[in-house]
Amino acid sequence: MEVGQMQRRLVDYTKSLFMEGFLDAQFLQLQQLQDESNPDFVVEVVSLFFDDSEKLLNDLTMALDQPNVDFKKVDAHVHQLKGSSSSIGAQRVKNACIAFRSFCEEQNIDATLRCLQQVKQEYYLVKNKLETMLRVKQQIVAAGGSIPMIELGF
Amino acid sequence: MDSCNCIEPQWPPDDLLMKYQYISDFFIALAYFSIPLELIYFVKKSAVFPYRWVLVQFGAFIVLCGATHLINLWTFTMHTRTVAMVMTTAKVFTAVVSCATALMLVHIIPDLLSVKTRELFLKNKAAELDREMGLIRTQEETGRHVRMLTHEIRSTLDRHTILKTTLVELGRTLALEECALWMPTRTGLELQLSYTLRQQNPVGYTVPIHLPVINQVFSSSHAVKISPKCPVARIRPAGKYMPGEVVAVRVPLLHLSNFQINDWPELSTKRYALMVLMLPSDSARQWHVHELELVEVVADQVAVALSHAAILEESMRARDLLMEQNVALDLARREAETAIRARNDFLAVMNHEMRTPMHAIIALSSLLQETELTPEQRLMVETILKSSNLLSTLINDVLDLSRLEDGSLQLDLGTFNLFAVFREVLNLIKPIASVKKLHVSLNLAPDLPEYAIGDEKRLMQTILNVVGNAVKFSKEGSISITAFVAKSELLRDSRTPEFFPVPSDNHFYLRVQVKDSGVGISPQDIPKLFTKFAQTQSTATRNSGGSGLGLAICKRFVNLMEGHIWIESEGLGKGCTAIFMVKLGIPERSNEPKLPFMPKVPTNHGPTAFPGLKVLVMDENGVSRMVTKGLLVRLGCDVTMVSSSEECLRVVSHEHKVVFMDVCVPGMDGYEVAIRINEKFTKRHERPVIVALTGNTDKVTKENCMRVGMDGIILKPVSLDKMRSVLSDLLEHRVLFEAI
Repeated sequence: MEVGQMQRRLVDYTKSLFMEGFLDAQFLQLQQLQDESNPDFVVEVVSLFFDDSEKLLNDLTMALDQPNVDFKKVDAHVHQLKGSSSSIGAQRVKNACIAFRSFCEEQNIDATLRCLQQVKQEYYLVKNKLETMLRVKQQIVAAGGSIPMIELGF
Repeated sequence: MDSCNCIEPQWPPDDLLMKYQYISDFFIALAYFSIPLELIYFVKKSAVFPYRWVLVQFGAFIVLCGATHLINLWTFTMHTRTVAMVMTTAKVFTAVVSCATALMLVHIIPDLLSVKTRELFLKNKAAELDREMGLIRTQEETGRHVRMLTHEIRSTLDRHTILKTTLVELGRTLALEECALWMPTRTGLELQLSYTLRQQNPVGYTVPIHLPVINQVFSSSHAVKISPKCPVARIRPAGKYMPGEVVAVRVPLLHLSNFQINDWPELSTKRYALMVLMLPSDSARQWHVHELELVEVVADQVAVALSHAAILEESMRARDLLMEQNVALDLARREAETAIRARNDFLAVMNHEMRTPMHAIIALSSLLQETELTPEQRLMVETILKSSNLLSTLINDVLDLSRLEDGSLQLDLGTFNLFAVFREVLNLIKPIASVKKLHVSLNLAPDLPEYAIGDEKRLMQTILNVVGNAVKFSKEGSISITAFVAKSELLRDSRTPEFFPVPSDNHFYLRVQVKDSGVGISPQDIPKLFTKFAQTQSTATRNSGGSGLGLAICKRFVNLMEGHIWIESEGLGKGCTAIFMVKLGIPERSNEPKLPFMPKVPTNHGPTAFPGLKVLVMDENGVSRMVTKGLLVRLGCDVTMVSSSEECLRVVSHEHKVVFMDVCVPGMDGYEVAIRINEKFTKRHERPVIVALTGNTDKVTKENCMRVGMDGIILKPVSLDKMRSVLSDLLEHRVLFEAI
């Protein structure tokens, strides 16, 4: 399809991500930090986020599988995940992490397991969306177009 | 006839009469001789006989009489003259003695008689004493009964037991037929039969309380005899009995409702119960005085015991009430504590969570400003920046206010340039004022010291707020700001009687007056001005925006600075003057004032980039590390990234000028790293500046940072502008303490 259409699609898609709360303004800041000297900033950050989060989620699953759950360790992992997701602007993941932390404080095993599931779910959703978005961007760039600026309609 | 001197009896001796006389005389003589013998014998036997001499006389008299009669025996026959002579002598003696005795007896017999009378008298007396003894014994016994009764009555605090015991014991002591207690009903108009001695469950007879007989009993404190026919005494079914005497006595009742916790009951509101006591019918018993006294005493004791029971009930009730209140208060306190903790948790979360997105918004917008924008876009971005700054200020204000309320806010004292503060305020306000075409003038008194010790940031905030309000509420005219040192006479203002400033050698009171010619304030609104979130109702002020927190915060700052703030206005449309006084310290002349605190607003835009500035960033979180790096790279720095403290310590060198550390990770030893770095670089000029990056600026974090020797704290969110100004300040002054 032609570049203009792709660009419009990208803009709409990105806007929908914001509307649905998958991403917040932090993500836009990341995009702004990308410039000619740093052309792949966003991609790098996002990939780093994915790797980090996979590892953390695995660690969390293992930690919660133990017969005696070490809540301090679990809390530390969740804190990391929260930090990463808030730095990248993955709002829903971050919110799920916040809830997770409060249950960790209460040392409520059932609730934390549920939270873990929820975090995983949110993470996979946002990962999916981000991968789609990045793919479209790549296609636009490959077709010779430029990434359009997102207008903030506040 | 012979010539013997014999005398012949007159009658012949054989005559019968003579014979009888002869025998009688013989017996008389016998008797007359034995009587004295008997007398002597018996008198000897008895110990007490007062008149021995009389006895002797009497004995003599009788003996002589006997002798006479004995001698008379011889005269019945022929007897000689000698016999006659003896006879005559005897008779003469007898006569003499008998007369003497008779005379004596005249004296003696009354005495003897009086002995008898005395004896009778003594017997009577003895009988009387006996009676009295009996009486005393009875009284003593009743006294004992009273004591026992009292003891019984007072040994319990239960009302029913008291009354029942009273009746039983009284009945026993006084051997009553019936004893009854009539209590007043709730309405107080009737007396109801409540307790009786003999009947187990008295039927609830009632009797109206205003009968004359009852009034009579109630008005006297003694036991009163009443007629058995009156209604209160007709408890037993009337039968063939002759009813015994009835006595009634009043028992004062101190009812619960008479007891206020704080007052004593008034005597006039006493209620009485009636105790009726009936002696057994068909007995001749009467009420004795001592029995009546006993009854009165018992009635008083009962009243006392009942009042004790009433007090006890009341105090138990009060205690229960207090316990309930205690429980409720405890609950309320715990709820309040929970609420406070919830609020604190909320604030702590807000502190961190709200600033993080602000980080993004502000950073983004400031970065956006740097790019190529069309004029409309630039305007939009500026609006975004302005709104987000306002929001950031609001967040800080709310946080400040809550900390102020907690009392956890403390002033950051330091030496600062007073004139610079005013100039700053003027600079800030001039643009807005010129837009509104308001003329602003500043008058600083000549004796105002240039440097002062106080909390510069908050003083500026206060002045700015006050001046800002003046500008906000004036549509035209002028604003004048005057500042001078308050003299002691002026310190006491009649309008603020609660404020007693005390000047001293190293402090002075700064008085600032801001007068505007704006819309003014009506007098009834003035007190509300300093209340949080309260706004005056006029539409003009509504449109000016603001959350109404400003003056409330100012007031609290001013109070913390031991000062006072108030607003005067003559009314709507007449402008108003805001005046405040704060206590500031006078710095020592000898020291050069240090400048550890940067003003909140960046004074100048330093270099826009820091080419080649070597910076070390330590953050455990990879993603946030990258973001910070992105910011710094944008500013042209040469950024080295480390993710752990060991790495940081390994990598840090004297080439790095600044080290940024994220210290909001719980349990991380960011502080430890700072200490180690300080140790590693002994010379101060070689050491890099250490700055903490955190979302939390509470006192604990700040203290920790200061303690480990960090040079500054930056609060996230960090916008590009902030990062820029921070770096320039750091490099210029090597110290920053807080950049918000």
